[in-house]
Amino acid sequence: MATAIDNIPGSVELLDSPLDSQMTLSMGPQHPSTHGVLRLDLRLDGELIVKAIPDIGYLHTGMEKLFEFKKYQQGIVITDRMDYLNPLGNNLAYVMAAEKLLQIEIPERAQIIRVLFCELQRIASHLVWLGTHALDIGAMSPFFYCFRHREKILNLIEAASGGRMTPSYFRIGGLMMDLPAGFERRCSQFLEEFPEAMNTFETLLTGNTLWQSRTEGIGVISGEDAINWGLTGPCLRGSGVNIDVRRANPYSGYETYDFEIPTEPNGDVWSRYKVRMREMRESYKIVRQALDRLKPGPIKADAPKVVLPDRDDMRKHMDSLIHHFLIVAEGFNVPAGEVYHPIEASKGELGVYMRSNGGPKPDRVHFRGPSFVNLQALPVMSEGEMVADVVAIIGSLDIVLGEIDR
Amino acid sequence: MADKTALLGFVENLKAKNAAWVEEVIDAFGEVSIVVPREAIVDVCKTLRDEHQFDLLADLCGADRGPEEDPRFVVNYHLFSTKHYGRLRVKVRVSEDDAKIHTVSHLWRTADWHERETYDLFGVVFENHPDLRRILLPSDFDGHALRKDYPLRGYEPYSMN
Repeated sequence: MATAIDNIPGSVELLDSPLDSQMTLSMGPQHPSTHGVLRLDLRLDGELIVKAIPDIGYLHTGMEKLFEFKKYQQGIVITDRMDYLNPLGNNLAYVMAAEKLLQIEIPERAQIIRVLFCELQRIASHLVWLGTHALDIGAMSPFFYCFRHREKILNLIEAASGGRMTPSYFRIGGLMMDLPAGFERRCSQFLEEFPEAMNTFETLLTGNTLWQSRTEGIGVISGEDAINWGLTGPCLRGSGVNIDVRRANPYSGYETYDFEIPTEPNGDVWSRYKVRMREMRESYKIVRQALDRLKPGPIKADAPKVVLPDRDDMRKHMDSLIHHFLIVAEGFNVPAGEVYHPIEASKGELGVYMRSNGGPKPDRVHFRGPSFVNLQALPVMSEGEMVADVVAIIGSLDIVLGEIDR
Repeated sequence: MADKTALLGFVENLKAKNAAWVEEVIDAFGEVSIVVPREAIVDVCKTLRDEHQFDLLADLCGADRGPEEDPRFVVNYHLFSTKHYGRLRVKVRVSEDDAKIHTVSHLWRTADWHERETYDLFGVVFENHPDLRRILLPSDFDGHALRKDYPLRGYEPYSMN
């Protein structure tokens, strides 16, 4: 009986009684629609979900501990591996937290390139969400369309940084290197194709009756509950709360770009779908503006003790060579203090809490991952729904277990 | 967005309500933090949530200042307001011998998993928490991995049996 289960809050070991018509189903950790290694303990009455308990930690690798043993610049590499669908967003949150402690100013060109790549990455992340979400519900073809266009974005990221999934492109004080020759042309070519691709995705799903009936009215969470559960990003905006860190606490010059924050009032899977679809078009607008603004200029801050010098300088100037040696061998000292820097990642608010004791290694780095917090609300959304709908709800939360378990 | 003067104004209001609530105000790197005594954390959070519109708990995390420090642990609450967009950090210092603090999960449901994570990795106990179990590490794990005296590679190779 439901009351008996409530007496053992959150217990993983739910026992079946022969007198009771309910059963326990362990879904995952190896289940394709849990998007990684998530396990759900589902207490079922027929096909109805009475209780859902997420069980996480299968992918825990102690990244936050590892940060304390690495120099600040080495930590960037670890951030790539957290939310592996949005690595540039993770890079940005981490380097901006360090820059806040160091109090260094980033040149305008570097800021624009950061915005450009973060928005491209947001589109890429949403494309993976769209493809896998549709695949989970049973529509296979959107997956191929989405991944074909995501591939083009990964090619752009590879052209600039050399890495596709793990770019580590943003560095403390600027960027790893400037954009390669011809990047603007390749990026414009992608932008020319993208609106047409968006129309294709919309044709495949938005007007599809099957898609609507699987998503409308499923997994509802009210705006008030969403705030109480700490939801951020498209999950919160799908419940009609117009909050976006890019507007609320602007960073990297987002206040100067012209874009809208899409919201939908109903708080169901369909609303979250529509928010993300509209968000991709807004990101497209931002990329377009950023590309128009690109002008030649420095891409690294004027902070020789923090930023690696150019190769060319090192060959000509003794002091550059010394700085390079010291930064690589000993790292740079960061003033003691603590900061929390939030950014709007593709899944919601990604906050980095960084604490320094004045040395070359951080004293504590904590990542507030949006997936971690959003997943917590899964029981509220799924209790009372059918088993098949859990798959749709997990898809609509857009979780990445690499970030949840860290 | 609520600027720094507005945030400091909220802190002044808190002080006016009960002078013992705010032990220290830290204004650095463009962020405002307040240090709150352990006993007052629920009252302070409730006041901030109900009277100053900090309705979203963005993050809750622990930090270890090292085994030689007393109080050793710090619990940070990062509050955000969906109304005036202000951000405020509330800090509570907790000693190692009595590493206990009252939960805020009845004020913000989102605190549930954050508190479980802090308990798991630092061993800070959140009293009256509805379900205080380990969340990231296995339930039979020995020690608290993010403490400064816990070695990076652990004590022995961990196996699941």
